[in-house]
Amino acid sequence: MTEPAGDVPAPGTAETAGLASGEAGSRRMRGAGNYLALLPFFLYVGLFLILPTLIIAIGAFTTAKGQPTLDNVSRLFTDSVYVDTFIKSIQLAVLTAIGGAIFGGLLAWAVVRGDPNGFLRQLVIAASGVLAQFGGVMLAFAFLATFGFNGLVTIFLRDIVHIGLLTDAAWLYSLTGLAVVYTYFQIPLMLIVFLPSLDGVRQEWYDASASLGGSSWSFWRHVGGPILAPSFLGALLLLFTNAFSAYATAAALISQGASIVTLQIAGALQSEVVPGQENVGKALALGMIVVVALVMLLYALIQRRASRWVQ
Amino acid sequence: MTASPGGSLSAAAPQGGALVARPKGAGRGRRGSRRQLTVRVAILIVVLGYLVLPLFAMLEFSTRGPFGSRTLDSYAAILNDQNVIDGVTTSLQIAVLTVIGMLVLLVPTMVWTVVRVPRMRRVVEFLCLLPLAIPAIVIVVGIAPIYRWMGQHLGAIGASPLTLAFINIILVLPFAYRAIDASLRSIDTATLADAARSLGAGWPRTIVQVIVPNIRGGILSAAVLAIALVLGEYTISSLLAFNTLQVVIFVLGQQDPFISVAVSLAALVFAFVLLFVFTRFGGGPDRRFQAEVEEPAG
Repeated sequence: MTEPAGDVPAPGTAETAGLASGEAGSRRMRGAGNYLALLPFFLYVGLFLILPTLIIAIGAFTTAKGQPTLDNVSRLFTDSVYVDTFIKSIQLAVLTAIGGAIFGGLLAWAVVRGDPNGFLRQLVIAASGVLAQFGGVMLAFAFLATFGFNGLVTIFLRDIVHIGLLTDAAWLYSLTGLAVVYTYFQIPLMLIVFLPSLDGVRQEWYDASASLGGSSWSFWRHVGGPILAPSFLGALLLLFTNAFSAYATAAALISQGASIVTLQIAGALQSEVVPGQENVGKALALGMIVVVALVMLLYALIQRRASRWVQ
Repeated sequence: MTASPGGSLSAAAPQGGALVARPKGAGRGRRGSRRQLTVRVAILIVVLGYLVLPLFAMLEFSTRGPFGSRTLDSYAAILNDQNVIDGVTTSLQIAVLTVIGMLVLLVPTMVWTVVRVPRMRRVVEFLCLLPLAIPAIVIVVGIAPIYRWMGQHLGAIGASPLTLAFINIILVLPFAYRAIDASLRSIDTATLADAARSLGAGWPRTIVQVIVPNIRGGILSAAVLAIALVLGEYTISSLLAFNTLQVVIFVLGQQDPFISVAVSLAALVFAFVLLFVFTRFGGGPDRRFQAEVEEPAG
């Protein structure tokens, strides 16, 4: 495997010692200078990532005139519209994460057992990268071309098979349609996230299990399954976050009515907001941060367990 | 360490060592039973079939001509659509700026944390992975006031769509970090840097002429991911009202679905070719290095 080169303590090398020997003061200066070199990075991240987060956090608790208030945040818990969108968003994310994890996991298993540098595997990985991370609006159009009113499958079922199934393509523009498209891009994401863990399951373990008389099923039941469980759960959480945060697909499919959080936030950003509710968008955004942060915390805990075995 | 293989979110996974580090001839497939092979093939056909179906539908949809004929008119129309051309140009320009900015910001910082201040490595890693935990739409909410300020106070530059590169750099940080980190871990960065320094090279020269060529694979991987991400970015550009490729495709979708599906498919294919060519042939230097390291051991 790779050398953890970064953990080699560098500052005490002969070269530094030679240059800075005997001058404790200059060494301290040098130490400060070392940190100073990271300043551009910290400034940049501070300006374009931390500052926006602070703007949200502060805005969520202030009125448009800058006075402190709890109204925006409490609205998330009391106004049934917002409660509803959060519930729907979480449901959508949970459902599509589970669907994506199952089908993506199976696909990863089918792909991993081939040649590691094989054509099929690299083809699937590259395609997955595109579909999982590049999609958004374009995937919405792909589904319109498939299941839309004049989509390939719709026409096929209506004119050739003559089945009344899926003829009314309106379902595609609802939460059901959203769930189908989301699951579509969760599958390749699962593949990308889960494949490395499957790679970590060694042939030796399988052989050991087999030499003790274990069947393929008992291997997965007692060895492979437990080892992969943390990685699988971790991947599931990533998929949840992915679906929960997705906006582009929903924006392209659902034009009327904001039924999930990301659409609601976009609506709050774009429209003339009702006086007294200017910062509700920021409160919604803060709510999303809290949900994702909790999930990511769980993810970090699981990852710590996962990395113990699969390396 | 914590950067376990399972944590790799990016298409740079092959870079992350999983593909590369597998000893040759592990050949599990051969040992699998026949029944297992059947199940595998069945899964591949069903799941891949589901993944391919919408893409095929796009092809079918975008080539529809009058009375059931086939035509490439929609694709020809792309080239005549000034909005599409403008969108592609804008997105490509943003992509170039994002790649340059990301590399200038990230490579020296990461090398520095490895060589000089290992203590800060975890902090930098945390900040780089943070955008994964902050949805793009949330970032828009927080960054809109900053962009509004830039638009009002920085003149034409502040109001240009190219300023999207600033925020795109943040969005690509997690992917770029992982790709470059995997490369940095595969070489002995500290020793390389010391060797270069002791031969009289300054820091800029050490990084550009010594470290960078050795982590070419990671840099290339980061750049490819950044380009794909920028070309696919919709959320932020649309809500900040900049006409990037995806925003143009979205608007087009409401006017001429055939052309918009054609553009979408073309963009997907382009991104796929970019990633596939890279997975198949890219990352050469790292791989060679790794093979050399591994041979004596294996």
